[in-house]
Amino acid sequence: MSAKPSKANDKTFRRPGPMLTLVRSFCRSWSARACLAVMSVIVLAAVFAPWIAPQNPYDLAQISMLDAMLPPGSRSMSGMIYWLGTDGQGRDLLSAIIYGLGISLEVGVLTAIFAGIVGITLGLLAAYRGGWVDAAIMRLVDLQFSFPAILVALMLLAFMGKGIGNVVVALVVVEWATYARTARAAALVERSKEYIEAAICLAIPVHRIVYRHLLPNCLPSLIVIATIQIGRAIALEATLSFLGIGVPVTEPSLGLLISNGSNYMLAGKLWVSFWPGVALLVTVVTINLIGDRLRDVLNPRSL
Amino acid sequence: MAIPEHRDADISSGSAEQFVIELCGVSRSFGGPGALERLGLGRGSPVIHAVRDVSFGLRQGEVLGIVGESGCGKSTLARMVAGILKPTAGEIRWHGKPLSSLRGREGKAARLKAQMVFQNPWSAMNPRLRAAEIVAEAPRIHGLIPRGEQDAYVAHHFLLAGLDPALGDRYPHQLSGGQRQRLVIARALAVVPEMLVCDEAVAALDVSIQAQILNMLMDLREKLDLTSMFISHDLGVIEHLSDRVVVMYLGRVVENAEVAELFERPNHPYTRALLEELPRIDGERRPFAAIEGELPSPLNPPPGCAFHPRCPFAMERCRREAPALLPVASGHLSACHLNDMA
Amino acid sequence: MHTAPAAARLVPVLTVEDLTTVFPTPRGLVKAVDGLSFSVGAGRVMGLVGESGSGKSVTGYSIMGLVEPPGHIAGGRILFAGRDLVRQSRTEMRSLRGRAIAMIFQDPAMTLNPVLRISTQMVEAIRAHEKIPRAEAWKRSRDALGLVGIPSPDERMSAYPHEFSGGMRQRVAIAIALLHRPSLIIADEPTTALDVTIQSQILARMQLLMKQYDMAMIWISHDLSVVSRLCDDIAVMYAGRLVETGLADRVIAHPRHPYTRGLIDSLPSRARRGERLRQIEGMMPEPLDLPEGCVFSNRCPRADAACRANPVMSVSTYGAWQWRCVHPLNEGPVHGHS
Repeated sequence: MSAKPSKANDKTFRRPGPMLTLVRSFCRSWSARACLAVMSVIVLAAVFAPWIAPQNPYDLAQISMLDAMLPPGSRSMSGMIYWLGTDGQGRDLLSAIIYGLGISLEVGVLTAIFAGIVGITLGLLAAYRGGWVDAAIMRLVDLQFSFPAILVALMLLAFMGKGIGNVVVALVVVEWATYARTARAAALVERSKEYIEAAICLAIPVHRIVYRHLLPNCLPSLIVIATIQIGRAIALEATLSFLGIGVPVTEPSLGLLISNGSNYMLAGKLWVSFWPGVALLVTVVTINLIGDRLRDVLNPRSL
Repeated sequence: MAIPEHRDADISSGSAEQFVIELCGVSRSFGGPGALERLGLGRGSPVIHAVRDVSFGLRQGEVLGIVGESGCGKSTLARMVAGILKPTAGEIRWHGKPLSSLRGREGKAARLKAQMVFQNPWSAMNPRLRAAEIVAEAPRIHGLIPRGEQDAYVAHHFLLAGLDPALGDRYPHQLSGGQRQRLVIARALAVVPEMLVCDEAVAALDVSIQAQILNMLMDLREKLDLTSMFISHDLGVIEHLSDRVVVMYLGRVVENAEVAELFERPNHPYTRALLEELPRIDGERRPFAAIEGELPSPLNPPPGCAFHPRCPFAMERCRREAPALLPVASGHLSACHLNDMA
Repeated sequence: MHTAPAAARLVPVLTVEDLTTVFPTPRGLVKAVDGLSFSVGAGRVMGLVGESGSGKSVTGYSIMGLVEPPGHIAGGRILFAGRDLVRQSRTEMRSLRGRAIAMIFQDPAMTLNPVLRISTQMVEAIRAHEKIPRAEAWKRSRDALGLVGIPSPDERMSAYPHEFSGGMRQRVAIAIALLHRPSLIIADEPTTALDVTIQSQILARMQLLMKQYDMAMIWISHDLSVVSRLCDDIAVMYAGRLVETGLADRVIAHPRHPYTRGLIDSLPSRARRGERLRQIEGMMPEPLDLPEGCVFSNRCPRADAACRANPVMSVSTYGAWQWRCVHPLNEGPVHGHS
C-alpha cells in the first residue's frame, strides 16, 4: 500500500515543528544570540528591580540629599558605591535606571499589546471582508498616517494629563494603524490561498477562520512589526516624558531620568543624563536588531 | 439524462428531484464599481464575466467532467458549486431546492454537501495545523464526531483516502505531494459530503502519483456512491473518469454529452480541436496540428461566438450572433451555428 | 520517422559521460545526478523524462553551467564542440551560453526582463555576443519573432513582456534562444504551464525549426505523451540515474525497464475507460535514503533479491538502446527497425 510509511518517512517524522525550527534558525547568528542575551539581562533586571537594585530610589528613607550629584564610582555616606553616580535628589542612578527600564518596557509592551489587538483585528477584518469595510478602515489608517505621531500623542496627553495609562492610550492611538496596515497586507496574501477557500467550503465560522487560520499565518510579519513597534513606543514615551507630559515624577521612566539630568548638563555633570540615555539606546537598538533578525528568520523561504 | 433544455418540464413534473445538484442559467462576474466608486471616488475595475448562463444537472453517483483551457471559467464554476462563491445570476439547486433559499442549519448542511479538492496541495492546507487536526476540525465544529471518538473518526477518514493514520501528527510540509492530496481528500470526506468537486486535482502531481490518486477517486466513488464534478484541462483524465463531459470556452458551455458520444462524435469545432491534443501513446506519431490563434481574454470577449476568431469554419453569422446550446443528438448538446446548416 | 542523416547520429553535438552533480545538505551529500551518460545528435530531439526529483532539470542546469552553489559537478565530462564544459572557466561558459547553447525555461520570466521592451532585450542579447550595428540586430530580432509565429512582429517589437499572453511570452523566450542559431537548445518543460492548444502550436513550430536549422535539442519533461510525439531519442531518469535510453519510438513501444513501463501505463489513455489505472506503487525515495542495489527495487513488481543485492547496476546494451535492469521486460528480439 502506498500509504505505508517507508524508512524515509520515519526520518522526516522526527522533524521538529515550526516553533523549534524558528528558535534554532534565530540562534544561528552570533549577533542574534548576543542581542537575545542583552535583552534577557534588560528584561530580568527590569522585572526583578526591587531585588537587584542596590537601593529603592523612591524610598525616601534610603536616599539622602547629602549624596546628591556624586560622580560615578563615588562612595556614599553609608559606604555603598554609586557605580553610575547620583542625581539631584541623591538617588543612585543605577537603581533609578533599573527601575526606569521597567516602566519604559511596561509602556512599550502594553502599547504593543493593545495597539496590536486593535490594529490586527481591524486589519484582518478589512482583508477578510473587503468592500466598504476595507475601504473605511484603510482610509482611517491613511488619516492616521498623515499626522505626525508625536503631535497626536502630545495633543492627546495635553488633553488627558500625565500617567502611565494615559501614555499607553496615546501611544495606542498613534500606533494601531501600523499593525492594521501590516495585518491587512499579510492577510490579503493568505486570504487568496486555497486553504481559506477550503475553510469556507467546510462552513467553518468566520471568527474561527480569521483567528485560527488567517491570524497564525500572518503572525510572522506581525511579530516583526510588534518587536520594532515596542522599540518605537519606548522611544516615543521617552520623548513625551522628556517634554514633561509623559509619565508622572513618581514613576520615572528612562525619558524622565534624561530630562531630569538635562538641567545639570551645562554644569558639566553629564552622567545624570548620559547613563539613562545609554540604557535607552541599548534597549531600543537591541529590540530593533532582534526585530530585524526575526524578519530574516520568519521569511517563509527560510522556514 | 441530465439535459438542461428539459429542465423546465422536469421541474413542473417534479422529477427534478432526481438531480443531486442542478445549475440553472448560472452566471458569475467579477469587478465593476466598488463602494467608493459608486460614490464617485475613482474608477472601478472592469467587469469580467467569468461564467455566463451555464445550465446542467448531476445525478446521484454521476461523474461530470468539465474541460476547458485557462479563462474558460471552470474554476469559478467549481467554486460556485462548492458554495465558496455565490452566482451573480441564476440559481443552484440541491435536490430541487434553490441553495439561496436555504438558511441557518439547512443552509450549512447544504454547504457541507459539496466539498472541494484543490489543484495545489501545497497551499490547500493551513500550514500550522497537524494533519489530524486538519481533518478533524470541521466535523468537530459541526458535531459530526461522537464524543471521545475523534481519533477513531480521523483514522477512519485517513484510511478512506489511503493515508496511514500514523501520519496524523505531521505538519503538511512534512508530507509528500501525493500524501497531501490524499489529506485534502480525507478532509473533504470527513464532513460526509454527497459530492466532490475536484478542481484540477491531479494536475500538480507526478505521473505515477497522479495514477494513484485517480485510482483512489474511482474506488471512493464505488465505495461511497459519491457524485462528483471533475474539472481538468487534461482530456485523458476527463475521458477516463467521467460519465458525462461538459466543454467550456470563455465562460460558456459549448458542448455537453456523454463521454463515449463526445469522444466518438465530437460536434463543436473547439471540442474537435481539443481531442486532437488528447494525451495518448499509441505507437503512431501524431503531428502537432493545433488550431491557430490565442485564447481570448475574458476582459474583452469577441462578439458573437467566442470561438469564431480561431474557428476554421467561422461564417459571417458567427461574428454577430452567439449560438445557443441546442441538442444535436439524444443527450448531446452543442452550441454551434454549423448545426443549423445541416 | 528518423529523418536525420545517419552521420548526425555518429557525430553527436553533445556527449555527457558519467555526469555526477551533488548538493551538500546538512543531512548529507545529495547526488541529484548520478553517473549519467547520453549523447544528442544534430537535428535530433532528445527527450529527458522523469518525475520531480529525478534529476532531469539538474542535468540541464549542469550542462549550462548554472548549478546553484553549493551544488556542483562532482565528476564526469560534458563534451560539446570539442571541449569539456565541466572544465571551462566561468567566462568561457558565459560566452558559450546564449550563443552556442541556449536554454528555454518553464517560466519565460526567467529570460525576460519585465521593465525592458522586447526590442531592447533582443538587440542586447545579440550585441552581447556579436558586434553588429543596432539596426541589423533589430532586423534579426524581428525576423526571429516572426519565425516563432508571433503575428505582426514589427509592432510587437516595441511591446513589454507583460503585454503578451503566456503563450506569446514563451514564444518570445524561444525567439531569444534562437537568436544566435545555437547548435544545442536545452528546454526545461517550456510548455507545461501552457494550455493544450497553445502548447501544440508551439511544439509544431519548434519541431519545424529544429529540423530546418539542424539544431540539437534536449527536451526536459514529465509528459510522456508530448515526448512520444516530439522526440527522436528518449532518456528516462529515476532518482538521479538514467534507467533507460534509446530511440523514442522503440523505447515507448517496447520498454525494457519496469519504470518506463510503469510511467507509460500510468497515463489514463492506456487503460479502458473507467477502469483502474496500472499505477506504480509507493513514491520516489528520498535522495539520502535510496534503496540498496537498483534504486527502483522498492517499487518494482519484478524486483527480487538479485536487484536489491547488487549495488552496481548492470547496463545492458542493444545498439544505442540501453537499460539498467536485472530483469528487463520484452526480452528476445527487438521489434521495429529504423
